[in-house]
Amino acid sequence: MTAAVLPWVLAMLGAAIFLALYRLVRGPGLPDRILALDTLYVVTTALLIALGIWLDSGVYFEAAMIIALLGFVGTVAFARYLERGDVVE
Amino acid sequence: MSAPLPPLVDAVVAALLVFGGAFALVGAFGLAKLGDFLKRLHGPTKVTTLGIGSILVASMLWFGLRGGAPPAHELLITLFVFITAPVAAHMMVKGAMAIDDSTKPPPPPERPHDAG
Repeated sequence: MTAAVLPWVLAMLGAAIFLALYRLVRGPGLPDRILALDTLYVVTTALLIALGIWLDSGVYFEAAMIIALLGFVGTVAFARYLERGDVVE
Repeated sequence: MSAPLPPLVDAVVAALLVFGGAFALVGAFGLAKLGDFLKRLHGPTKVTTLGIGSILVASMLWFGLRGGAPPAHELLITLFVFITAPVAAHMMVKGAMAIDDSTKPPPPPERPHDAG
């Protein structure tokens, strides 16, 4: 049953990535673009985990973990740039 | 890898996967559709809690109940995402407030200054 359902889950996550990309391109402001990038990171993490189940392999967890980690660091850096005009003071 | 899962666990994993995927889709749709920044912030917060959370639980069941190693990776990712998501959202709102006055809350109403 999981095998039958997984392609649809991957398709839903792919559609979510396209919607976040639409917001990333469309804007209209910097905070919206940062929010879209953050959503992209999170959905990509979920997509990699679902792909790991689909391919029955544990290799993708490391990649998912690194994307989640660097995504958080990137979001905080962008938000700090908005707030202070500088990332590291 | 090892023995296949019993049908009930398989169905639970499938349901959790569909639930998480649907939440990710709905959250991203909200991000694309809603009207201003503070409204748009609602959608992705659902993705980072219910969406990725249920997909991770599905993965924990899938890999954990087949006699392999305990699902430490999923636990680590869950912990990390659940700790960092509110911090990231908070930082984004603070950044938005710094450059866009329309995201700030209205000032408190003026009150006559009473001496004493």
